[in-house]
Amino acid sequence: MRRGLSIYLGGGIIAVLLIATLAAPLLSPQNPYEMELAQGLAAPEAAHPFGRDKLGRDILSRVLHGGRTSLTVGFAAVSVSVLLGVIIGGIAGYLGGVWDEAIMRVTDVFLAFPGILLAIALMSVLAPSLWNIVISLSVFGWVGYARLTRAQVLALREREFVIAAHAAGATPGRILTRHLFTNVISPVIVEASIGMAGAILAESGLSFLGLGIQPPEPSWGAMLAEGRDFLLVAPHLTIYPGIAIALTVMGLNILGDGLRDLLDPTQKR
Amino acid sequence: MRKFLLRRILLLIPVLWGVTTLVFIVTQVLPGDPVDLMLGETARPAQREQLRKTLGLDRPLGVQYADYMGGLLRGDLGNSLHQKRAVSAIIFERTYASAELTLASMAVALLISLPLGITAARRQGTALDLGAGFLAVAGASMPVFWLGPLLIIVFSIGLGWLPVSGREGSLSLILPAVTLGAALSPILMRMARSSLLEVLPQDYISAARAKGISEKRVLWLHALKNACLPLITILSLQLGALLSGAIITETVFAWPGVGRLVIQAIASRDYPLVQGCVLFIAAVYVSANFLADIAYAWLDPRVRLT
Repeated sequence: MRRGLSIYLGGGIIAVLLIATLAAPLLSPQNPYEMELAQGLAAPEAAHPFGRDKLGRDILSRVLHGGRTSLTVGFAAVSVSVLLGVIIGGIAGYLGGVWDEAIMRVTDVFLAFPGILLAIALMSVLAPSLWNIVISLSVFGWVGYARLTRAQVLALREREFVIAAHAAGATPGRILTRHLFTNVISPVIVEASIGMAGAILAESGLSFLGLGIQPPEPSWGAMLAEGRDFLLVAPHLTIYPGIAIALTVMGLNILGDGLRDLLDPTQKR
Repeated sequence: MRKFLLRRILLLIPVLWGVTTLVFIVTQVLPGDPVDLMLGETARPAQREQLRKTLGLDRPLGVQYADYMGGLLRGDLGNSLHQKRAVSAIIFERTYASAELTLASMAVALLISLPLGITAARRQGTALDLGAGFLAVAGASMPVFWLGPLLIIVFSIGLGWLPVSGREGSLSLILPAVTLGAALSPILMRMARSSLLEVLPQDYISAARAKGISEKRVLWLHALKNACLPLITILSLQLGALLSGAIITETVFAWPGVGRLVIQAIASRDYPLVQGCVLFIAAVYVSANFLADIAYAWLDPRVRLT
């Protein structure tokens, strides 16, 4: 896909979803918590285009409000992970030696946990709240950014501009923040956009397993879990939250690909 | 090769120690009392004290850690609180189902991704290439907990061809394997395409063609053989995604593997079982990566020198 097209398409999808979820209180046709038991599992109709769930709540309104949860968790988890990863990876790459060795061995340990397993283990002992989900996703999320930053800093630290800054008397902190981090930011941005897609999938996965956002709060993953019991009689419970997740993840992946081609052409395939 | 093997084994030891310690920290040190979680807030103090004693939580943390590590070294993962049996035996009973699903989904992923990747590389820049690229992006965006139910709606409920869930007969393996395999195939397809694109313009391919070897033979015997190396790396790296995807896929299809066991153990607050399952999955992942490293070094001698 051409670079410009990827950025416009991915960015466009995310912009629309962002506006729709931010304006959820205005756009939602109903209160997402309002129940009407007699109308439970009702099929889509003009007043409720996505139908109703088992408690008679409007699915469109819950999908819009659920998007706020997913995007908030995704953005917060990636922000915390990037912050931790860039600082830790920067220190490892810049200081080198024992520090680098120790930090890299710690990242090896975190990388030994496949996917969201560590988050699942953490959520089994933490109370299922939005911020605990952010913490559990950040606990393993920082590792990728730390490795990326370390590799970039290792490549940059012997360059003339860093040596010049050092000779001019700049402190290590200043060299890291003013000279090295500014040059590391492009690949980190690319990684973060794809990482946010992963964080949204992970949050939905945790909520699907019952370890994430708890009812009655709307969450795409929890809505899918609820829909599983009614696949035969009410497939609309499963279809719409799934489309919302897939669209968001697809938008972020396309945007990430476009940004990679733009900011890091050496990675272009 | 022997030196490489020794170095890799030595590197494995601190990782395994770190993994086991991290699991101990997560399940026993972090805020959130397991006794509260297991019994609920309404339990009587005597009940709490009894469970605390049963779990060994009344002892100092250092003693608990030493006991935990000692148990692990003897292969003892403790006893399940609900099933009153050894955790290792319960996990062992579930491994066959998990292995079956993992291998089947890897096969599905290769069956989907290789033909698509090869077609995309051979027809680079055409509508077919673009179509395959779109399929890869769309596939990577579909979570297994959505694709699974969609496949059930179509193939089990709509067409009635395949069972909805459970593990009875070979037909019941198809939907979980396709769900999990489809999640893995986009990245494999991309890798197959890009590896082939790097190999196809090389001189030895032109030489093979000049010798009059059929295009099919050039592709499958000469090009794909070298393009497979990065695929092995990706496949081993993706085993992690496969294992965590299996936790959700097994839950969707009520597949009786280790992944579903973790979720059942969490739901029943069976802490020793949760701890054992997490350790087991992490150990499988670390071992698979270790074996992939060895296989890679064996296939490509340059790797041993790095």
